[in-house]
Amino acid sequence: MDFQVIADNFTYFMIGSWPKGDLGGVALTIYLAVTSCLLSFIFGLLLGLLSVSRHRFISLPTMLVINLVRGVPLLMVIFWMYFLLPAFFGHGFPEIRTVIIALTCFTAAYMSQIVRAGVEGIPRGQLEAGTSTGLKHWQVMLYIVLPQGLRNMIPSFVNQFVSLIKDTSLAFIVGVSELTHVATQVNNRTMAYPTEIFLFIALVYFLLCYSFTSLSRWLEKRLSWRKSV
Amino acid sequence: MLSYHFDWSIILSGTYFDWLVSGLKVTLWLSASGILLSFLLGLCVAVMRMSHIAPVRWVAQLFLEVTRNTPLLVQIFFWYFGSYKLLPTDLNDWLNNHNFEFVAALAALTIYTSAFIAEDIRSGVLSIPKEQLEAARSAGFSYLRSMQYIILPQAVRITIPPLVNQFLNLAKNSSLAMTIGVMELTYQARQVESYTFKGFEAFTAATVVYLALSVVITFLVDQYNNRVLKLHKAS
Repeated sequence: MDFQVIADNFTYFMIGSWPKGDLGGVALTIYLAVTSCLLSFIFGLLLGLLSVSRHRFISLPTMLVINLVRGVPLLMVIFWMYFLLPAFFGHGFPEIRTVIIALTCFTAAYMSQIVRAGVEGIPRGQLEAGTSTGLKHWQVMLYIVLPQGLRNMIPSFVNQFVSLIKDTSLAFIVGVSELTHVATQVNNRTMAYPTEIFLFIALVYFLLCYSFTSLSRWLEKRLSWRKSV
Repeated sequence: MLSYHFDWSIILSGTYFDWLVSGLKVTLWLSASGILLSFLLGLCVAVMRMSHIAPVRWVAQLFLEVTRNTPLLVQIFFWYFGSYKLLPTDLNDWLNNHNFEFVAALAALTIYTSAFIAEDIRSGVLSIPKEQLEAARSAGFSYLRSMQYIILPQAVRITIPPLVNQFLNLAKNSSLAMTIGVMELTYQARQVESYTFKGFEAFTAATVVYLALSVVITFLVDQYNNRVLKLHKAS
């Protein structure tokens, strides 16, 4: 084992060829994860609320779409986007955006299930109490159910973010130079150090993900403690 | 998009159909063997994770943290590209002559999924009242035997729905094996696309197959939930 190869390419692993070229490596991984996380949070919230709608003609189609996405591998979603987006928006649709859209579609479906569980976890009595004070259904959702529900959902959202960090590695398949892609590049160039390179990037991913896993555990304890008081 | 001509016939018969079918076979083989192996490994890790011997527990915990917090793709690359330096030469030679791509993908999928399965089994075990273990121990069963005969049979029954979910994840994740050249369903769909430029048809075919797998398995789990778990509660 010779970890000199890591030291030689360390900046490339971290930020790609930036600032001379495009951003890459760990920095791009984080950028992909954060952007897709924010977008899929918004869409996940929307889908989740639609899926618990009282009107069946809203909730059923929403559930259908959610389950469609959940039944397909992420890789397939990426290929679909890679193939469809240029068809609709013309050639030269940037790969990074393709990946962000694919990750958002995929993760929003999972986020919506977290929202659904969070909303359903609020006792029915609260809904009824809200309605009987004269609030409309959407007002009850917005002012009573969501503020409590969202707090309970926080640990699950953080876990979903960890999955998202791991899922960004699939951007490799369409040539986006995030950490995994950078690693395969360095591996192809140096040839002799695959074990060292993949151990190193596994460690980087581990540090990233583990810090958020720990955060989610800490939040879970803290939030449940507050609730019990 | 408007100028696109749909031609479903090419994927419904002939060479490209055969490609997709052979891809499906590999996906099913990879998934089935992965499910079996990851269940067994997950069971072992779960038992180790709950052991009363601290070092055993630590090993299991380390395994869980590392496998759950690194991407599956990186694990696949590690086993495929990087494992030869850690394995004996004879084994490497043997593997290179025996479809190493498949073995590496299977190893990565098994190890990755087993971590999630172990956690599901553990929460199943934790839902079994502690008195059962105490009763088994005082009846003279060792820790491993009381797990084997008393606790695990009950825990696994409760855990079946989340377990099946993990199995489904494994089947979907097996698509990542294409990155190291395992010719499974997604690989073949991509192949059909690059030979015919009929990406829409090829990806639709693969998507429908994945969805069918999910729907059938989800349906079976629902049936199980309705029948077995309700019976269990009623008794």
